[in-house]
Amino acid sequence: MKALELKQLAKTYPNGVQALQGIDLSVEQGDFFALLGPNGAGKSTTIGIITSLVTKTGGQATVFGHDIDRDFSAAKACIGLVPQELNLNQFEKVESIVATQGGYYGMPRRVALERTEKYLRELQLWDRRHDIARSLSGGMKRRLMIARALVHEPRLLILDEPTAGVDIEIRRSMWDYLRKVNAEGVTIILTTHYLEEAENLCRNVAIIDQGRIIENDRMSRVLRKLQVETFVLTLEQELAAAPELEGFATRLRDANTLEVDVASGQDINALFATLSAAGLRVASMRNKTNRLEELFMRLVDQKTDGRAA
Amino acid sequence: MKFREQWYALSTLIIKEYNRIVRIWVQTIVPPAITMTLYFIIFGSLIGRRIGQMDGFNYMEFIAPGLIMLAVITHSYGNVVSSFFGAKFGRHIEEMLVSPMPNSLILIGHVAGGVIRGLMVGAIVTVVALFFTRLEVQHPWVVLSTVVLTSIVFSLGGFINAVFAKKFDDISIVPTFVLTPLTYLGGVFYSISLLPEFWQAVSRANPILYMVNAFRYGVLGTSDIPIGTAYGIILFAIALLYGFSLYLLNKGTGTRE
Repeated sequence: MKALELKQLAKTYPNGVQALQGIDLSVEQGDFFALLGPNGAGKSTTIGIITSLVTKTGGQATVFGHDIDRDFSAAKACIGLVPQELNLNQFEKVESIVATQGGYYGMPRRVALERTEKYLRELQLWDRRHDIARSLSGGMKRRLMIARALVHEPRLLILDEPTAGVDIEIRRSMWDYLRKVNAEGVTIILTTHYLEEAENLCRNVAIIDQGRIIENDRMSRVLRKLQVETFVLTLEQELAAAPELEGFATRLRDANTLEVDVASGQDINALFATLSAAGLRVASMRNKTNRLEELFMRLVDQKTDGRAA
Repeated sequence: MKFREQWYALSTLIIKEYNRIVRIWVQTIVPPAITMTLYFIIFGSLIGRRIGQMDGFNYMEFIAPGLIMLAVITHSYGNVVSSFFGAKFGRHIEEMLVSPMPNSLILIGHVAGGVIRGLMVGAIVTVVALFFTRLEVQHPWVVLSTVVLTSIVFSLGGFINAVFAKKFDDISIVPTFVLTPLTYLGGVFYSISLLPEFWQAVSRANPILYMVNAFRYGVLGTSDIPIGTAYGIILFAIALLYGFSLYLLNKGTGTRE
């Protein structure tokens, strides 16, 4: 069953801006799905329509088979939302925020409080349950919004930039938590500016730009479309000029840092063999940029150029 | 949503609204007690002695029901407009909008919050009034029904104001320029029988006159207008404002992009 299905979804704002120009998208049940795009591409508008915070001007959206217009109550009950903007009542206590949300979904107070304890403990917020939201750190507020989104145990969790402004340690612990939630059967749709995050977490990806889907495939297949990857090598010896390595383009960034382009079809073993033959010893190696980021920029640039032409 | 789930959702919202009123009691409960004490001292005790009788009652007795209704009207309106606009401004209104709770429950829950605050403030002002005068309630059911129905009317009014409000200034314009003048000219401080014929007719176009007089009838047993007309106008206002509020919510005016 499809967790989410969008057909020709369109949104034109009253000022004439076409945020969505009829997008088609489907997300399978149990998927961990990335929805990527530059600022203003239409990601948040799409999420807003699915969660009924934005009214669409065309098309159809169904959540687990429930049409968001005709069967809005059942559709909404399936969705948990972690929005991009903080939307907590800053003066309300942590426990009350989560339990109240459970109540809005029709849960008896006792059940809502039990679930609140469960999710606040899992997200390491239980000790802060009597504090008002305003007193929490940025990372804690993000985790509180996740707990609030999970309290009614949705089948589809939508996270709009969930780790924005969160330090790397908390971000990674949130990734682990989201993997666990997904493993328990919850379908997750994620938008993020940290493309490393999408590459690490998501199995499928759609890239949206200027209100259109420009790529929609498995993450691994999308990444294979990358023609050239650049690796940064830290060498054990210092060089005066970039060495000539047969079949690989090289650039010397400083005395012992070398950039090497590896085209699709070439393998890393061949690179290391060439480096060894040249008498170069590698201390460490990393990608110059995140692979998905590189691909993302190319795709967006290609489409923009195509439209301009 | 099943009926039982709707009940849990509604009761959650009402408890939340009640907790908000109690949490900020210095802003919600204390000011009317102080303001009304001053009204009773200045208008009732100091100036009222020189005014003498009004419709057969001493002036303090006459204005007490009006002042109770003034407090109920102001605070029912104020509670909903500040609560709903605050939720919009802080974006936590989205907690309700993304939930399966029907719009009618969102509306009823906020109106219930306004009625709770109106009744709490009304009770406090009544206690204050008892320090200054005797209030022998003539028609308890009229008192109770009038105060609840009037509170509903102005809670709905506050809701509509909050829906259209885009900034904090917008939630004070209507209370300052519409609500206060209509309330003061709605027979709180005087009987319209004192006015010339023309101004009596103008006063009858003010819906607050009917609410204040219906309540006064319940307390003192006297009114400038027929009690049945008052109920008719109040119920009509509730139906009209409820329908309009629900229409705005369903359309997403001021709440959805």
